[in-house]
Amino acid sequence: MKQYLLSVWHDGAEYPTPPAEVMEQMFRDVDAFNKELEASGAYVFAAGLHPASTATVVQSSGGQVTTTDGPYAESKEQMGGFWIVKAPDLDAALAIAARGAAACQGPVEVRPLQDESED
Amino acid sequence: MVDADAVGRVFRAEHGRCVATLTRLLGDIDLAEEAVQDAFTVACERWQELPPNPGGWIVTTARRRALDRWRRESTRHARHVEALRLAEARGGPDGPREEGGAVHDDRLRMVFTCCHPALAPEAQVALTLKLLGGLDTAEIARAFLLPEATLAQRIVRAKRKIRDAGIPYRVPTEAELPGRLGPALAVVYLVYTAGHSAAAGDGLHRVELCAEAVRLARLLAELMPDEPEVLGLLALLLLLESRRPARTGPDGGLVLLPDQDRGRWDAALAAEGRALVRACLRRGAPGPYQVQAAINAVHSDAAEAAATDWPQIVRLYDLLLTLTPTPVVALNRAVALAEADGPAAALAEVDRSDVAGALAGYQPWWVVRAELLVRLGRTGEAAAAYRRAVELTGNAVEREHLARRLAALGG
Repeated sequence: MKQYLLSVWHDGAEYPTPPAEVMEQMFRDVDAFNKELEASGAYVFAAGLHPASTATVVQSSGGQVTTTDGPYAESKEQMGGFWIVKAPDLDAALAIAARGAAACQGPVEVRPLQDESED
Repeated sequence: MVDADAVGRVFRAEHGRCVATLTRLLGDIDLAEEAVQDAFTVACERWQELPPNPGGWIVTTARRRALDRWRRESTRHARHVEALRLAEARGGPDGPREEGGAVHDDRLRMVFTCCHPALAPEAQVALTLKLLGGLDTAEIARAFLLPEATLAQRIVRAKRKIRDAGIPYRVPTEAELPGRLGPALAVVYLVYTAGHSAAAGDGLHRVELCAEAVRLARLLAELMPDEPEVLGLLALLLLLESRRPARTGPDGGLVLLPDQDRGRWDAALAAEGRALVRACLRRGAPGPYQVQAAINAVHSDAAEAAATDWPQIVRLYDLLLTLTPTPVVALNRAVALAEADGPAAALAEVDRSDVAGALAGYQPWWVVRAELLVRLGRTGEAAAAYRRAVELTGNAVEREHLARRLAALGG
């Protein structure tokens, strides 16, 4: 089994604020999706993040540590949350991602984790 | 001793099948390519005459040599032991094991791996030509007018993604097929159009892409004889290919369809294409490639340009428009409509706001509009449209052609 990072993306340093009933539907859908992942054995870990405006960047260079207001990526697209899932191959991971994208109503990026045994 | 040319011909004919089978047996594309290369080197040394089944000989030799090497290396590397165990578990060259019992040609697995939607279209094209077509990196780079290093990098990255992201080496299930067939057909069509749109003087390398695309389309039709769109694509390419000899004039310039010497069309290819169109349309599941093939079959039915059944072509474009409702299809339909119902009816379609709005930066839209305006005697507007078309044209030969049309207006 390979592991994949499924990250959810949105535009802006703050989250969009859809109407309450849309938000509630999304929470219900994501919750159902998480339960489905756990039941199927694909679930490894998942988390939602506070918006990118709450991020801080730490850099260490020659023993000198600098701390700056984040996020690090200067793009307008920011990550809002993620799942780590187990899947036999990319097609299976993409099928999971498609259900996740529908639940959280946003694009999901699928990226393979390096295998622990990889040299 | 078999001469190098004969081995070269076997290489071109069998490379795709051999690499596809070895990829299944060894579980890795790079190892498969290496093993096949290795076996061809052995063939050059050993073949006194061609074996009865050269492809089978290559597969057996490649597999044995890869396994021998791993056996030697496995004393040192655990990963070779594991690779060897997996390769042996996958069975021999004659025993493809498939979930659900279906026996698939390994080349079909390779088609769907090379054309996986997780790979960029340009990477899909390069991989398909390299692994299934047996073209080398330099040949593909020349055909696409790219630096060889760029193309090599593209192939390396795509193979790395296949391995690291876990793109599976298998034929999609019936349920997945509709979504997966599109990219595979698009790759073959793209290879053809790259060769077909090659300007005169670009040389043979690009024209060879047309032949390669036809070869790939034949392969897909052989592997998926029950998919109407696969047959439609083959029919379309055969019909386009049948006219290719007449597309170039004695001076090497481009000759458009109405002005072509139809005696130079390849009658055998056209007949094969027309027969395929009839066969696939009878299945009653029309798709964009089948309908485009049917449009080209109508052209190929006409002994001279004036005998073309334009109303039939307009009806086919109506169907194509329902399948792929895009402004470009609407524009092509308008060109046919000009012949069937006259330039005024066609211009009304060309200027329809949804078409004009979407195609304002599209050079062919300005050319079609200019030519319709000429036929309607609206010379001033025609000249303005030609001038805009010239501005949007990158190709020098075509720009010259348009400039001549503009000059002929006396404007």
